Amino acid sequence: MPEPLRLQGISASAGYAEGPLFNLDPVVARYGRKATAADERLALETAIKAATGRLAKLIEATKGDAADILEFQLAMLEDDALTGPAFAAIAAGQPADVAWRQALDAEIVGYETSDQDYFRARAADMRDIRDQVLRALTADSEAAAPAGAIFYGEDIAPTRFLETDWSSGGGIALKAGSAASHVAMLARSRGVPMIVGLGAVGLGASPAHLAGVALLDAEHGGIVLAPSRAEFEAFRRSSSSFAARRDRAETFLARPAVTKAGTAVRVQVNIADPSDVDNIDVSTCDGVGLMRTEFLFGKTLPDEETQYRTYRKVLEWAEGRPVTIRTVDAGGDKPVPGFTVAETNPFLGLRGIRLSLARPEVFRLQIRALLRAAVHGNLKVMFPMVSVRDEYERAAALFAEEQAALSTCGVAQKMPPLGIMVEVPSVAIAPEAFTEVAFFSIGSNDLTQYVMAAARDNALVAHLNSIRHPAVLRLIASVAAFGRVQRIPVSLCGDAGGDPAAIPALIETGLRDLSVVPAQLAMAKAAIADVSI
Amino acid sequence: MSASAEATVLITHEVGLHARPSVKFTKLAKRFSAEVEVALAANGPWLDAKSIVKVMAAKAPKGTVLHIRARGDGAGEAVGALVELVRRDFDEGVDHARTA
Repeated sequence: MPEPLRLQGISASAGYAEGPLFNLDPVVARYGRKATAADERLALETAIKAATGRLAKLIEATKGDAADILEFQLAMLEDDALTGPAFAAIAAGQPADVAWRQALDAEIVGYETSDQDYFRARAADMRDIRDQVLRALTADSEAAAPAGAIFYGEDIAPTRFLETDWSSGGGIALKAGSAASHVAMLARSRGVPMIVGLGAVGLGASPAHLAGVALLDAEHGGIVLAPSRAEFEAFRRSSSSFAARRDRAETFLARPAVTKAGTAVRVQVNIADPSDVDNIDVSTCDGVGLMRTEFLFGKTLPDEETQYRTYRKVLEWAEGRPVTIRTVDAGGDKPVPGFTVAETNPFLGLRGIRLSLARPEVFRLQIRALLRAAVHGNLKVMFPMVSVRDEYERAAALFAEEQAALSTCGVAQKMPPLGIMVEVPSVAIAPEAFTEVAFFSIGSNDLTQYVMAAARDNALVAHLNSIRHPAVLRLIASVAAFGRVQRIPVSLCGDAGGDPAAIPALIETGLRDLSVVPAQLAMAKAAIADVSI
Repeated sequence: MSASAEATVLITHEVGLHARPSVKFTKLAKRFSAEVEVALAANGPWLDAKSIVKVMAAKAPKGTVLHIRARGDGAGEAVGALVELVRRDFDEGVDHARTA
């Protein structure tokens, strides 16, 4: 029995699997050259026909997102622009397999080198298309995997995934791969455990390691070969605890949030640090309702490039869903050395947009980073602690100035929709001063503490700090109603949004858009499902 | 004298003109006998709107103004139908945009 071998990758679809290993990367069978170019051409035509036929058959047996993926592959394969270069190479004397591989590899490179995650992930589809035809050319059928196997190798083709019966377990462990790939999305939606990014060596293990049962912990991104008895036991404990947790939340997490009466509610997530998104399945939320930027303002003020990279990461992760980034909300209970000022009553002092407008040289850096990041996704920007219209106008004017400056320099940028937090009572009471904002986001933590005059960090007055006080709820309802009339979207991003006890009252105010911390996502959706509105 | 038509439309689909929208777009374009082309700028380069390989390669994100032009039989109808498809967000709700 070899020593246990532990390898670490990245989780692409959480879950646990134990089973035999199955190699995805067998040597491709040799192609027998034909006598004439005409025969080579015929061989490729026949192989493409076989591959399209197989795809069409698979489409009939598939539904939803998976069928869309196959439709995309089929459309590609039927496009002369894809196959043309291969036939041209055959006419120039190349054998069919070489001609096809070269033509497809040229397309694949274009996708692999894209600066957008979405396009890079499509390279796996293109490789799948390439290999389906190559297999048809060489009449090489895929070896069947044993039931419950853990597939390992360079990457796994979407068609391979769809043709596999996952009902008896199994999982996927890849050297390369991407959490944004079609297969990763499918794996998440079907609960197939999957890890990616094991590195160039992959399992790289001895035959003795590869012959035994492996333990795939795709919750934490690891795999163990030749596990010890203790590892088996620990694995099974983690596995059953995961199953229990998932059973409870899964029924709600994977679905869009809907009340008992069928009212749809958008549920987005609040993130405080860009690494938060690494642990969130993007398909379980409707976007990022609040991305804080205070984490960037630690001991020193962040430069433009650091900010830009951070915003871009989250925008790309969101795969086109909205990401609402709040400009820095320093001050109050969030002091930043060298930026905020010492005050006797900081919650009523120079914080949020007030501070940003007082320190334009710092604010302009953030604005430039946001304008540049906006081209990488669906960005919205909101200003915290706005009390009067002038603050919004001044902030929006700075955005316009910086956009013009970037544009003059030829830097790629885009003006995002600009909205405001509704957390100061003046805005909640008289929202009519803000008809030109793109959206309202109710900051229920601050709104509650200002309406109730009860600090949220003071246990002695905690009983007063309740969002369910009629005064607070009435203000929220009035903002929601104003938004409906003016066609200005209204959401809520305070802690109350994820509080099962507060959710029914919030839905009752007319809100249909909540943003919650990731850990509350499943609970919030479950609570929404219990509301009868 | 063959007909010709040209129009522009803003892509509002969350992930832009990507896999699923591209399939729909090219399928619709193929229904017309007119020669149909798309571009991301008024001065081109113009790409065959019936080729998913070309349309995908344009990598048009949300917020792109798509230029569509057609020449030949039914050019006006072709451009009109494609503009409508983009305007209808490729007949997809927000939910569908998730995995497109």
